[in-house]
Amino acid sequence: MPEAAEPDFDVIVVGAGIAGSVTACQLARQGRSVLLIERGESPGSKNLSGGVLYSRGIQQVFPDFLQEAPVERRITRNYITFLNAGSSIGIDYKDSRLADPVNAVTVLRAKLDPWLAEKCEEAGAIIMPGVRVDRLLTEDGAAGRRVIGVQAGEDELRARVVVAADGVNSFLAKEVGLRKEEPLNHLAVGVKSVVALPRETIEARFNLTGDEGAAIAVVGDCTEGVGGGGFIYTNTDSISVGIVVRLDDLIARQKVVTDIFDHFLEHQFIAPYLEGGELVEYGCHLVAEGGMSMVGEIAMDGMIVVGDAAGLTLNTGLTVRGMDLAVASAVAAAEGIGSALERGDTSRAGLAGYREKFFASYAGQDMKTYARAPAFLELERMYKSYGELFADVLYGTFSLDTQPRRHLLSVARKALSRSPLKMRQLVHDGIAGARAL
Amino acid sequence: MKPLSVPERLAKNRFNLDEEECHIEVNQEIARATGTGKALVACCPAHVYTEEPDGTISVEYAACLECGTCLAVAAPGALTWHYPRGGFGVQFREG
Repeated sequence: MPEAAEPDFDVIVVGAGIAGSVTACQLARQGRSVLLIERGESPGSKNLSGGVLYSRGIQQVFPDFLQEAPVERRITRNYITFLNAGSSIGIDYKDSRLADPVNAVTVLRAKLDPWLAEKCEEAGAIIMPGVRVDRLLTEDGAAGRRVIGVQAGEDELRARVVVAADGVNSFLAKEVGLRKEEPLNHLAVGVKSVVALPRETIEARFNLTGDEGAAIAVVGDCTEGVGGGGFIYTNTDSISVGIVVRLDDLIARQKVVTDIFDHFLEHQFIAPYLEGGELVEYGCHLVAEGGMSMVGEIAMDGMIVVGDAAGLTLNTGLTVRGMDLAVASAVAAAEGIGSALERGDTSRAGLAGYREKFFASYAGQDMKTYARAPAFLELERMYKSYGELFADVLYGTFSLDTQPRRHLLSVARKALSRSPLKMRQLVHDGIAGARAL
Repeated sequence: MKPLSVPERLAKNRFNLDEEECHIEVNQEIARATGTGKALVACCPAHVYTEEPDGTISVEYAACLECGTCLAVAAPGALTWHYPRGGFGVQFREG
């Protein structure tokens, strides 16, 4: 397809998060002219994540990632716990195999993302921080609407392809109808504090040595029964502690999100982890939790959408992923755009390689594999009744109250009869869980 | 750890306040008619929104952490919300 006016760049990427920076870097490495626009005063200053980054994908992009990038700790301990008001029950999974090769690291995005932007610059991309893109420049052609650039204040900048990497709120994708307003059961709000603690304290408190790290995932009383969960992640000399709650449930139960966060921080089983710490930052982030059902069109004439902006996040109950999907979509996007530019066809059809490559990748396949997970995780009983039931069964076993013990099965039956859960639901959830996860 | 109020938490953050432009505007009539105001108050982690005694929703845009949750829950037309101008607003140092 012939291009009308000579554009200023081959590619303009909007948003210097992980998806945007990896896309920009890969395209610059191909020798394309790339402009990376970021609204924060510097890359990373608007960016926030939980933040566990499953790092194998980004290590393929930057082979020296673990040695050079400002990452915090290498996750070797995953602790998954049901938290009740006065009891907790969990699986504490620690495995030295998770350290070699490294599988996941904790990150603080205001520290990581400037490094990624530096890599883009080294590869030849131009970075323009402190600039907010206000809208897309489009033109109507025979084949429909085509994106030809972006407008930022008075400036109009044109490119053969615009990459919307503008995060979960993606105003750019919404502007051209690639993203619709999401139903609230697909959205959650995450609230996080970064709490400074001496590294020796963190290592002693979380049973870690050296740069080992722990990721604690919590469901149950921590969110006062609202669908969602809590987390504690260890950084080098701070911990990230937060909650993520589903918006439909938050509103239906008329809860205040900050009350839930306070409740979590003050919980008798959570507060000891934070003892003596000092808050250094407070932040929040909207989270797309619809999984595969949120991923619609991710390309149109002259534009593609990557990362959070494309709805690429995945909560499987055990792993909560976004950043690794951002990397995978960026790698696929750079390949798809590269071949579109080579052929001189940056129409939707010309850019179709992006979608194909993404869904052929491990990340795209995982999106499909876990397509049923969001609906499963919306089951209310996951957030309250199960934790209490498990604790009752164990209490019946461990509490030697001078009454004669009964067999575990009988204890479990009795606990179940007191629980709002029905055997039918247990069977259903067992099967649904096995299918969804 | 000592419990902190939301304003005390926000005081730990760095903000470049845009003195000239407010990036949030509530349509009071629609907010009142739809009941959206209460949802805005409940869902904002930064307590940007407050319900005043007369039922209107006041906005403290300087506290905004720019997550967009308010926009997701607001009834159509009740809220105009975009990002602050380039370089303004919260500047995370941790993230």
